[in-house]
Amino acid sequence: MSTSEIDRQWTTRLRRRALEKLPPEKTLPDSQPSYVSSWIYVFGVTTISALIVVIATGCVLALRGPTWWHGSSIGHFVNSLHLWSVEIFFFAMVIHLWGKYFMAAWRGGRAMTWITGMVLFLVSIVTALTGYVSQSNFDSQWISTQAKDAINASGGGAYFNLLNFGQMLMWHIVLLPLVLVFLVAVHVVLVRIKGVVPPFEEDAGQQSAGASHE
Amino acid sequence: MSKKNFRPDVDAPEWRGGHSPYDILKEGTIALVVVSLLTVLLSVVFGSPDDPAITIKSWSNAAPVDFATTALSELNGTSTTASYGAPYNHTPDASQALGPLTLEKWVGVRIPIDAANDFVVNPLRTLPYQTALHQGLANWSSASTSTRTKWVANYTKASAGMKFNGGQVVVNATNAGPVPVMINDLTKMARNGALDQALLTGNSFYSTDYTQSLLFISDGGYLGQLAAKDHLLGEQWGVMNETGSYPGSAWLWLYTFFYQISPYNSSGNGDILVLATMILLTAGLTLMPFLPGLRSIPRKTRVYRLIWREHYRNRE
Amino acid sequence: MGPLLYAALLPLNHPGHFLHWHFIEISVANTIVIGLMLLTFVAALVLPFPGRRRRKENQ
Repeated sequence: MSTSEIDRQWTTRLRRRALEKLPPEKTLPDSQPSYVSSWIYVFGVTTISALIVVIATGCVLALRGPTWWHGSSIGHFVNSLHLWSVEIFFFAMVIHLWGKYFMAAWRGGRAMTWITGMVLFLVSIVTALTGYVSQSNFDSQWISTQAKDAINASGGGAYFNLLNFGQMLMWHIVLLPLVLVFLVAVHVVLVRIKGVVPPFEEDAGQQSAGASHE
Repeated sequence: MSKKNFRPDVDAPEWRGGHSPYDILKEGTIALVVVSLLTVLLSVVFGSPDDPAITIKSWSNAAPVDFATTALSELNGTSTTASYGAPYNHTPDASQALGPLTLEKWVGVRIPIDAANDFVVNPLRTLPYQTALHQGLANWSSASTSTRTKWVANYTKASAGMKFNGGQVVVNATNAGPVPVMINDLTKMARNGALDQALLTGNSFYSTDYTQSLLFISDGGYLGQLAAKDHLLGEQWGVMNETGSYPGSAWLWLYTFFYQISPYNSSGNGDILVLATMILLTAGLTLMPFLPGLRSIPRKTRVYRLIWREHYRNRE
Repeated sequence: MGPLLYAALLPLNHPGHFLHWHFIEISVANTIVIGLMLLTFVAALVLPFPGRRRRKENQ
């Protein structure tokens, strides 16, 4: 096999492109620009940590099936863990969003990072809704019968039926988590490729627009 | 690129300053440990809510008249479900519209529900043989639509004085055909739990689809009464509330806010109007990087001075 | 696994309390959560971030 043949391989090209965009020192950096010095930077990683706890506790709930937790004190405790980690997840995610807004973190070719973050927020809300209606208790009955009207009014109720427990459970524990985890991966990779957004340049004389367009 | 073309809310200066050691894996591990401990702490202290689901059995035992009245509304077509329109049935002018967009109607009837037959007549047919009911259902089947309508209308007229005495639904209706026995037997069927089962497994042994049961229950007044106690109604900002004293979906504050104000709270198209408004606002937030004016707020409010205060201090 | 094996110390199953202000109606629990979010956000902006020593190293 000649070198040029190797060069033309899809695998080779993908590897080179990946390494060029995201070399190891960017994937797992050992330092950050010195302006990265504020508690506001911890809320992204806190959101991901909460998501890990949400998924882990969800997996424990899955072990014994969707109605186990009603009759088992251990099950109920795991349900509590699942609920509170979700509260922490949204708590941290919203603060992360506020922080990134006030940094105008979309600057310097980082618009896709902002957009994937917003889509993650929306998918999280839908995932939480499917979770609420999968609890198989009074809460589920009330929320599903109320929220169906909005979904129906949009025409979506025919395909996304909140009153169909089996369908909602599948969305909650299979489809939406897959989407969430995939989007989180994209979001984090984008952050690593572009790096953390630099501060606004207040002294006009120091403006250097070298990396302004990517 | 010249300085003139530098757009401060779109472009970012290239960082030429120093770097400091930052261990992101350690940070992540600490965050995971802290979040896990906090989750355990909150769960040990507060637990989580689990108000048991109501059943048609518990509903019809707690509020038999409400149940029987709801059953009648399924039969006479006045219930929410019977007159819902798409995706459940063809009811003229029932669909919500966003201006000329009648999304609901375009999608059409995809989850067909024939309230009178699905909720009343067919479940009654699954009951063991009883002479009066058997005869009544036979009369119902052979009667013309106009006769059925007359029977139901006569019963409905008299139903204002409906009582529940000695396990029987009592309505002084005349010329109502088999309707009294149908409503009474459906109420009995509901009170012993058979209707829950009939609605769920009418078509197959296994079921995970509660559409019919939930629609029937939500047509009654009982579910809403329980929800009102927990401040879960739409007009109580209920979308963001949880049963008991637990925090709810606080992230839906804006969504539930719109249900409180005009024109959303008075429009027959309220649901779609709120949804459309939220989609519009959310799209705006998502596309913030491209919206002149809005994307300048962070720079102009100067909150960033707090975040990067060390950086700016070093510059001065 | 008896039902008493796990019971929350301060379960929040009692009826909630609500704040009313004109047409605004919000549960105390949600108010606390939202209040804590704002407080946490402000604290994150204001509190000094520990252990960060600047190291000037021009690259």
